[in-house]
Amino acid sequence: MLTFWTFGPEGEVMQQLLPEFERAHPDIHIKLQQLPLSAAHQKLLTAFAGGSTPDMTQLGNTWIPEMVALQALEPLQSYVDHSRVVQPDDYFASIWATNVIDGTLYGVPWYVDTRLLFYRSDLLKKAGFDAPPTTWAQWRRMLAALSDPAQHRYGILLPTNEYQQLMSLALQQPDPLLRDGGRYGNFESAGFKRALRFYVDTFRLHQAPAITNVEAGNPWSEFGRGVYAFYLSGPWNIGEFRARLPASEQADWSTAPLPGPDSAGIGVAGGSSLVIFRASKHKAAAWALIEYLSQPKVQQRFYGLVGDMPPRRSSWEGGALRDDPKARAFREQLEHVRPTPAVPEWERIANAMQLQAARAVAGELTIDQAAAEMDRQADHILEKRRWMLDHAARAPQAAR
Amino acid sequence: MNAPRAAWLFLAPALLVLGIFFLLPVIGALGLSLTDYDLYALADIHNLRFVALHNYLALLQRPLFWSALGHTVYFVAVGVPLSMLTSLGAALLLNSPLARCKPFFRTALFAPVVTTVVAVAVIWRYLFNTKYGIANFVLGQLGIHPIDWLGDPHWAMPTIILFAVWKNFGYNMIIFLAGLQAIPPELYEAARIDGASAWRQLRHITVPMLGPTLLMVGILTVSGYFQLFAEPYVMTEGGPLQSTTSVLYLMYDEGFKWWNLGSASAVAFLLFLIMFAVTAVMLKLARCGEPREQEPA
Repeated sequence: MLTFWTFGPEGEVMQQLLPEFERAHPDIHIKLQQLPLSAAHQKLLTAFAGGSTPDMTQLGNTWIPEMVALQALEPLQSYVDHSRVVQPDDYFASIWATNVIDGTLYGVPWYVDTRLLFYRSDLLKKAGFDAPPTTWAQWRRMLAALSDPAQHRYGILLPTNEYQQLMSLALQQPDPLLRDGGRYGNFESAGFKRALRFYVDTFRLHQAPAITNVEAGNPWSEFGRGVYAFYLSGPWNIGEFRARLPASEQADWSTAPLPGPDSAGIGVAGGSSLVIFRASKHKAAAWALIEYLSQPKVQQRFYGLVGDMPPRRSSWEGGALRDDPKARAFREQLEHVRPTPAVPEWERIANAMQLQAARAVAGELTIDQAAAEMDRQADHILEKRRWMLDHAARAPQAAR
Repeated sequence: MNAPRAAWLFLAPALLVLGIFFLLPVIGALGLSLTDYDLYALADIHNLRFVALHNYLALLQRPLFWSALGHTVYFVAVGVPLSMLTSLGAALLLNSPLARCKPFFRTALFAPVVTTVVAVAVIWRYLFNTKYGIANFVLGQLGIHPIDWLGDPHWAMPTIILFAVWKNFGYNMIIFLAGLQAIPPELYEAARIDGASAWRQLRHITVPMLGPTLLMVGILTVSGYFQLFAEPYVMTEGGPLQSTTSVLYLMYDEGFKWWNLGSASAVAFLLFLIMFAVTAVMLKLARCGEPREQEPA
């Protein structure tokens, strides 16, 4: 009996993928448990604290450092070495790298997520732009041309309580988000401030409304009605827009790699991985399931069912993905994605970062003040990590 | 067997249950609040550090704690009187001899209490949507500019208060109704014969006779409202700009989102101390008020 946790819509489609696996492995019986994404993090930690982790789970790659800090995950390198299915070279390099913590592999990428631009090609054309922007300067010009706050029209929707958008812009910069091996925040770097300024200016110039995603309500239909010409979001929205917008509007939107300071195509290396828990008694069976789910054929079916994009290049060479013009920008950007800092505290720091950014948007802080406050909070959050690192350096024997 | 020993024997089961399920966890939490128990300590208990009162001192220096406390006090100070007045008003209307279809209205007014807060919040979020909400539609008809109810840091808490009052007033209404029905009708009869107006009857008969009920409902509502959590959790997630983050919300974030159980326990104990002090002051004020209220009557 193999217990497998999934979060969100993946759980539902797993029901359709599993029968084939169970036919091939009659001795393995899978107990699939679906958990809501909002409860996932809490559930994983509580399960670990209570010693009741499943055999394997789907795990967002930003949570891997945390689970590794808990020493909850099974190292997977030896499994991969003996596998004919999981070929590391076939995976997008940065996505694979998010599963490697301090040189040890803990997960196999399952699907990928990077944020880029959805845009209304017809509106851009009407405003005299034939192609989507590739640089921030071009983007700013288009945002200015397409915004008319008096008519409730904005260039873009950037919910002020989501950190992914600002983080995507910040990852395009040469400066890392944390410095000294993840000991301190690096938000006062020139690069981060440039990203923050671009982000905040978009609101100050009234090219984005200063609203949260709670108030944004139904961004899809508003995008359809032309309230927003751009939308910075992830792969699942291809499916949403196809399902929610009428057929007559399907030719009017497309996707483009995220514009950068100088060139387009750098974004965040997000996504979910499959991991095995150290406490599992069915590791071989769990690995068999990971191999099954890693087959390009299965990943193509998976994309067809739920719209999660595969992490393997060969999975992109067939099926619905190969000739999908709306997926092409993602394929392009996935070669240049960059991982978020691999520290367990990252999500907390990102939340603190976004909160200060929102204060800057509201006019409470200047760019410099906001960046300084982000560093101050990040340093505070990382205090225990610094102590841990110093502690381990002083007493390497005790750590073992 | 002597009497005291027999009494202890009878009390033992209850004390045992209370001790295990109440006292021990409380002591455990107090101990936890003196450590920096976090994710690293969960991984390996050797990473636990005893920090004495550092969690408390850090909290007292944290602007977010003070703003969360401010939001909570705001919610209590506005929400409790509003909620009690609404409950009392509804109870008076229901208790009036002129009221028709009493069982229907009693059920209808009590209904929000028994509905699920999550389901209701979805509807309220639509009602108060900036663009499509009925609240702004009505304001628009009156020529008032639309208000960003849940998105403007100044309006989010009033909206939460409105939601909480609507959600909770039915419960106190039932208690008030019971209190009102216990007031002897002779008192009103005598007052009417003396020519007392409806207002004076309310002021000099209903309110004094409801005194103990008011005090009890007041204390229960205050301690309930101090524990503000579900409403901002489902309506605004503590935002915008943390303007609806309450003390309990802060504790939830610290403890269950970031797994800083040490700091979260410290929040819990600080909230406990504050609530304890406020309730004690309320009881004291009520006791001081008692003799004076009897003199003019």
